Amino acid sequence: EFRRFSLERSKPGKFEEFYGLLQHVHKIPNVDVLVGYTDIHGDLLPINNDDNYHKAVSTANPLLRIFIQRKEDADYSAFGTDTMTRKKNVLSNVLRPDNHKKKPHIVISMPQDFRPVSSIIDVDILPETHRRVRLYKYGTDKPLGFYIRDGSSVRVTPHGLEKVPGIFISRLVPGGLAQSTGLLAVNDEVLEVNGIEVSGKSLDQVTDMMIANSRNLIITVRPANQRNNVVRNSRTSGSSGQSTESSLPSSTPNILGSVLQGEEESDDEDIIIEDSGEPQQIPKAAPTSESIESLSQIELLHESTQNGFLPSSEMNLNHSAGSISMEYEVPEQGQKSLEEDGTIITL
Amino acid sequence: MRRFLRPGHDPVRERLKRDLFQFNKTVEHGFPHQPSALGYSPFLRLMAIGTRSGAIKLYGAPGVEFMGLHEENNTVMQIHFIPDQCQLVTLLDDNSLHLWSLRQHGGASELREEHHFTLKGPPGSPPSATQVTAVLPHSSREVLYLGTESGNIFVVELPSLRVLEDRTISPEAVLQRIPEDNCNRRSCELVEALQEHPKNPDQILIGYSRGLIVLWDLQNNKATQHFLGSQQLENLYWQRDGSKFISCHYDGSYTQWPVSSDNRQSEPLENTVPYGPFPCKAISKIYWQTTKNGLPYIIFQGGMPRASYGDRHSISVIHGSQQTAFDFTSRVIDFFIIFSSDPAAEFDDPSALVALAEEELVVIDLKSAGWPAVHPPYLASLHCSAITCSHHVSNIPLKLWERIISAGSKQNIHYSSMPWPIDGGTNIAPDPPQRDLLLTGHEDGTVRFWDASGVCLHLLYKLSTVRVFLTDADPNDNMNTLGEDEWPPLRKVGTFDPYSDDPRLGIQKIYLCKYSGYLAVAGTAGQVLVMELNDEDAEHVVDHAEADLLQDQEGYRWKGHEKLKTRDGPVRFEAGFQPFVLVQCQPPAVVTSLALHSEWKLVAFGTSHGFGLFDHQQKRLVFVKCTLHPSDQLALEGPLSRVKSLKKSLRQSFRRIRRSRVSSRKRRGAAGNASEVQEANAKFDQDALQEMELAPVQRKIEARSAEDSFTGFVRTLYFADTFLRDSSRHCPSLWAGTNGGTVYAFCLRVPPAERRMDEPVRAEQAKEIQLMHRAPVVGILVLDGRSTPLPEPLEVAHDLSKSPDMQGSHQLLVVSEEQFKVFTLPKVSSKLKLKLTALEGCRVRKVTVANFGSCKTDDYSENDLAVLTNLGDIQIISLPFLKLQIRYPCIRKEDVSGIASCVFTKYGQGFYLISPSEFERFSLSTKWLVEPRCIVDMPEVTSNNHVHSKSGTENAARKSSSDDFGEDERKSGRLMEHALLNDEKVLKEIQSTLEGGR
Repeated sequence: EFRRFSLERSKPGKFEEFYGLLQHVHKIPNVDVLVGYTDIHGDLLPINNDDNYHKAVSTANPLLRIFIQRKEDADYSAFGTDTMTRKKNVLSNVLRPDNHKKKPHIVISMPQDFRPVSSIIDVDILPETHRRVRLYKYGTDKPLGFYIRDGSSVRVTPHGLEKVPGIFISRLVPGGLAQSTGLLAVNDEVLEVNGIEVSGKSLDQVTDMMIANSRNLIITVRPANQRNNVVRNSRTSGSSGQSTESSLPSSTPNILGSVLQGEEESDDEDIIIEDSGEPQQIPKAAPTSESIESLSQIELLHESTQNGFLPSSEMNLNHSAGSISMEYEVPEQGQKSLEEDGTIITL
Repeated sequence: MRRFLRPGHDPVRERLKRDLFQFNKTVEHGFPHQPSALGYSPFLRLMAIGTRSGAIKLYGAPGVEFMGLHEENNTVMQIHFIPDQCQLVTLLDDNSLHLWSLRQHGGASELREEHHFTLKGPPGSPPSATQVTAVLPHSSREVLYLGTESGNIFVVELPSLRVLEDRTISPEAVLQRIPEDNCNRRSCELVEALQEHPKNPDQILIGYSRGLIVLWDLQNNKATQHFLGSQQLENLYWQRDGSKFISCHYDGSYTQWPVSSDNRQSEPLENTVPYGPFPCKAISKIYWQTTKNGLPYIIFQGGMPRASYGDRHSISVIHGSQQTAFDFTSRVIDFFIIFSSDPAAEFDDPSALVALAEEELVVIDLKSAGWPAVHPPYLASLHCSAITCSHHVSNIPLKLWERIISAGSKQNIHYSSMPWPIDGGTNIAPDPPQRDLLLTGHEDGTVRFWDASGVCLHLLYKLSTVRVFLTDADPNDNMNTLGEDEWPPLRKVGTFDPYSDDPRLGIQKIYLCKYSGYLAVAGTAGQVLVMELNDEDAEHVVDHAEADLLQDQEGYRWKGHEKLKTRDGPVRFEAGFQPFVLVQCQPPAVVTSLALHSEWKLVAFGTSHGFGLFDHQQKRLVFVKCTLHPSDQLALEGPLSRVKSLKKSLRQSFRRIRRSRVSSRKRRGAAGNASEVQEANAKFDQDALQEMELAPVQRKIEARSAEDSFTGFVRTLYFADTFLRDSSRHCPSLWAGTNGGTVYAFCLRVPPAERRMDEPVRAEQAKEIQLMHRAPVVGILVLDGRSTPLPEPLEVAHDLSKSPDMQGSHQLLVVSEEQFKVFTLPKVSSKLKLKLTALEGCRVRKVTVANFGSCKTDDYSENDLAVLTNLGDIQIISLPFLKLQIRYPCIRKEDVSGIASCVFTKYGQGFYLISPSEFERFSLSTKWLVEPRCIVDMPEVTSNNHVHSKSGTENAARKSSSDDFGEDERKSGRLMEHALLNDEKVLKEIQSTLEGGR
C-alpha cells in the first residue's frame, strides 16, 4: 500500500506529529507501527525520535522513502519482542563497517532474542571483489527466497579477456531470507556453493547443489555492485569467519577458506529416530571411533503416529556483538522490501 | 576421514581399481530405431539395416553383428552389397555414397568406412542432375552404375569411387535408337531401376520413371531393345534365365516382358492388376521366383485396393492358387527373398521372405505349408507394447531356466521350425559366463522374459496378466477373424502392437525370485500379482484381497482411474507363471515399489499413499501403513498418473502424426522435403533460442519442506533379517523409504515353517528416521558384520552365498537422491555419509549393489554401489566407506527416458533404452563383458571378366552335398583358413599370385 504526500522540508516538526500524520494518512489511528526510511546509501534506518526524524528529512533528495510496518506483524513469537522497547531497524549497515553513525541507535537487547540469519565469512582470504555469504535457513519459516539464472561474465584468462558462462542471481523474493539480509543482490555472479566452484556446472546442477545445502548455504558471489565491498582493516582481518558459531549447538567446524565441504557441516544432519510405539527419546548418536567427524543429531520426542517432524525452531543462539561480519535480524520478520512496497513520501 | 585428508591416492588401490572397473558400451539389443534401408548379400549371407540416424547394422548368424555409423548422421536411403565381396555401398539422403568393408583385425572382423563420395554435376547444373535414384553394383565388382533424377547413368569405379566420365549413359544416347514417335526427352527423366542381366553381365536393364524400359548393351554402348510401359514404373526384376523380366507400376499392376534379340520393341506378355479392378496403390517392388514344379512365386510389396485397403502395409505372395497378403502393423521399409544363390542352379527355389517393417523384422518360411513366420533370434521388437519397466536377474539356476524355456516353447508352436536363414559369419565370442534374464514390463500388461546372457537378446517367454482382469476387449475377439473368402487374403504378421486396450494394465514393478520361481508384478492401477511357475496348463481361482492404504485418513477423494475389475470364478492359465494371489491397493494408484521375500512368503508393495505387507502363504494382509501427508492433496487426487498419461498420449499422437507424414511422403521426394523440414526446424530452433535469451530460465532456490507434494510416495521397500530392536536378537524386518526422506522400519514375526499356516505373521513399527535434507529415499540396504550386503532370500539356502555375519554389528545404508548415509544398528546413529548433490550437483537416479571381480585374479571380488545420476554419469562408490571410486559419462543428461530405463545387473553390467525399441548394454566390470566378436571370411576371388564362371561350379559342387554337412564343412574350413592366414594382406597377396598364375 503506497501513500505519497508532501512535507515542508524547512519545518519538519516533531516525530510524534509525524507519527500521527502517518497514522492519519494510512487511516490506521490506533495501530502501532514501526517507521523506517532509506538513507542515501540505500540503508534502511529507523525513525523513532526527533533526531533521526530530522536527519531523515534533511537527507530527502527530494523523495524520502518511508516504510511503515505493523508492530504486531513484526512480533515474531519465537523471539522475545517484549524486550524490544524501541522501534528500530537495521539492515545492511554491516556492509560498511566504517559507517558507524547509526550504530548508537541500535539497541541490542538480550542475546537470546537474536539468531544469525546470515554472515559474511572468510573476508581475509577472499579477494575484495568477492563476498562469501552464509545463510542460516534452519529455525525459520522464511523461505530462502531467491532465483538463479544462466548468464555470461568476462574473465581474465591467459588469452586475454574471455566471455564465459556463469550463474547469476536473477531475483530476490520480497521478504525472503536472501533479500532480507541485503548481502545478495540481483545480478550477483555465483562463484561457489559451499566451497565448490560452479564453473562448468549447469544451472540445474547448481540449483541442486544449493537446495542440497539449503540448511546451511554458503554462496560466494561477485557482487554486481562493487561499491559495498568489505574494506579490509585491522578489525576485520583479525577475525575470519565468525565467532558466534561456536555456540551453535550442532555445528563444529567453521568454514575455513576453501577447505570446506564434504565432512564439515553436520548442522544439517539432524536425524530423528523414532522407536516403536511408546514415545522414547533416542540418545544422541555418539561418533564412533571410525568416524571422527562429529555428527550432531537433534532427537526429539514425538508420537509414533506422527509422520512428519518439524525441525527445531527454538535454536536460539548466543550473540557476540563483536563480530562485524555477522548480521542479525531483529524480530521484524515481515520487513518490507526497499524497492517494492514501501510508502513513498514526497517532500 | 578427516576433512583435511583429501581422497587418498593409494597406489595399491589405484592399481586394483584398474583391475576391477572398466566402462564399455558393448552391444545394442533390440530393433533399430527408425530403420530406413535394407540390404542383403546372398554371398555373405549377411543382412544390413540402415537407419534414419545414419547407422548401419549388419546381422548374420546369431551373435554375428556389426555396427557402423555415418558421420553425417543422415538417413540411409539404400544399401547394396558388392557382389561376392565383403563390401557394401550406402546411399544417404544427402546424396553421398559410402563404401564400407569388413576387415579382419586382431582375429575378428570389423566394419569400417573406406571412402565416401558425392556425385558432382557440371557447374551450373541443377542438383537433380546428380541426385542418385538407383544404384547397381556390377557383378564385375569394378564399377557401380548410378541412375539419377536427370536420367543420366553415371559409372563409378570401385573401390576408388571415381567417376568414369566417358562411360556415362546419357538419355540422348539411349534415345538414339528409339523411334521418336514413342519417346521424347521426357521419357528418360529419372532412372527408377537398374538391373543387370542374370546371365550376361554386359547387358543392363534401365527403367525410367515414366515407363520406358531399355536393355542396354555395355560393350557396344547402345540400346538393344526397348519396352514401352504405359504406366509409371516402380521397379524391375529379371527372371532367372534372363528370358523375361517383370516390371511393377504405380497403378498397382505388374507386367511381364519377353527378352529376345530379334525384336527391337517388345510387347508385354501379360499385364495384371492383382487386386483390381478398382484403383490400386503402387507395387513398389516385385520378385519373380522360379521353382522346380513350374509354378513361380510372385512376391510384391503394395498393390492394395486404394479405397478400402489403401492404409495397409502389405507384402503379397502368389504361388499358383495360393495367395496371401502379409499384413504388417507398421510401414514396410523393404524386403528381400532368400533363394538359391548358386548361379548354376536352374531354379530360384525361394526359401524365405525377409521383410523389414518400420517397427519389426518379419521372416516368412516359404517352404513350409501355410507359410509360417520364423522366430528371429535377434532384432526383437522390444517395444511391441511400450516398455514400462525392466528387471534383471543374474545367474539363473539351470532348472528355472529350462522351465521358462519350456513354457515359452509352448507359446511358439505356430512358428516355423526352419533354421534361421540369415546365417553368415561365425560367432567366435566365448560362451556367456552365466544365464541372465532380463524381464521387461509392458503397457499392455505383459511381462517378457529375455535371454540376456549373450549378444542376442532373445525372447524366451511372454507372460500376460490380462486374463486375471475383465477388460473391454475380450482377448478372444481378435482370434480367427479371417474368413475363408476374404479378399484381399490379408494375414496379420508380426508382434508390434503399440495400442494398449487399457493403460491400467501396465506393469510398473517386477520382482522374480530365481530360487523359488515366485514372481511378483505390480501395475498402474495398484494391482499386485504373486505368481508361481507351473509346467502345466491349469485352471484355478485367483485369491483376491484389497489393501486400503488410506485406512485412518478421512475425507479424501481419489480422482484418478478406477481399480481393475477382476474375473469371477476359475481362470484358465497356460503353462508358465500363473497368478495365485491378487492384491489391489485402494486408492488404485500406481504401484511405486515392490519387494518379495520368497522364504518368508511375504510381498510388500507401496504407492503414493502408503505401503502394505501381504502374506501370500496364508493369503492375508499383514498390515498397511499410510504415509500420506495430510496436506498433500495432489497425491490424493491422483493427478500424477493423469498428468503422466496425458503427456504420454500427447507424445504418442504427435509421434503418430509424424510417422504418417513420413510414410506418406514419396521416397525420392524425401531428400528435398527433408532438407526443407530441416531448414524450417533450424529456423524454429533459432527462434526458440532467441526467445530463451530474452527470458532466461530461472531456478528457484528453496529448501524442501514437509509440506511438499508426494512426500508420502513410497520409493523403496526392503526385507532384511537384522538387529532392529536389540543387538542380541535379530529378526525379520521390512524397511520403506519415501519421497519425503522418511525411512520406516517394521519388525516382523514370521512363524517357523512348521507352524507357518497356523500362526499369523505379525508386524510392529520399530523405527522411523527422518532425513533432514528430505530428499527422496531411493535405496535401503543392510550390511552384515563383515560389511557385506545381506544375501537375497534363499540364496544361502541354495548354498550360493555365505551366510551373513550375525556376530558383528549390522549397519544400515540409506541412499537418498542426494546423499549416502550409513547408520549403526540397532541403535540408529549416523556413522558415515557422502553428500553427492552438495558436492557435485548431481542426484541419484538408480543405485544397485554390484559385485566386481578382478580380471587378474579369480579369488578377489568386492561389492560396490553402482550409481546412475541425473546427469547420466555412472559412479562406483565403495562399500562400506562410501568413497567414490570412478566415474564414467554414460547417457546424455537430456535423455531422461534413457536414464529412467537403466537397470544394473548384479555383476556390474547394465542396460538402458536408447530408443523405444533398443537397449544399450554396458559393462562396468573388467571381468563380465558381453560383446559381439565374430568373423566374416573373405570370399574366394573369381576372375573378373566373367561372372561366376569358376566359383559358380565350385559353389555348386559344395552345395550339392547335404545342406547341414556343407554348412559345417564351410565353417570349419574357413576357421582353418583363418587360423593359418590370420593376416588379410597376406591372404590377398597369395590370392593375387594364384590369379596371376592362372
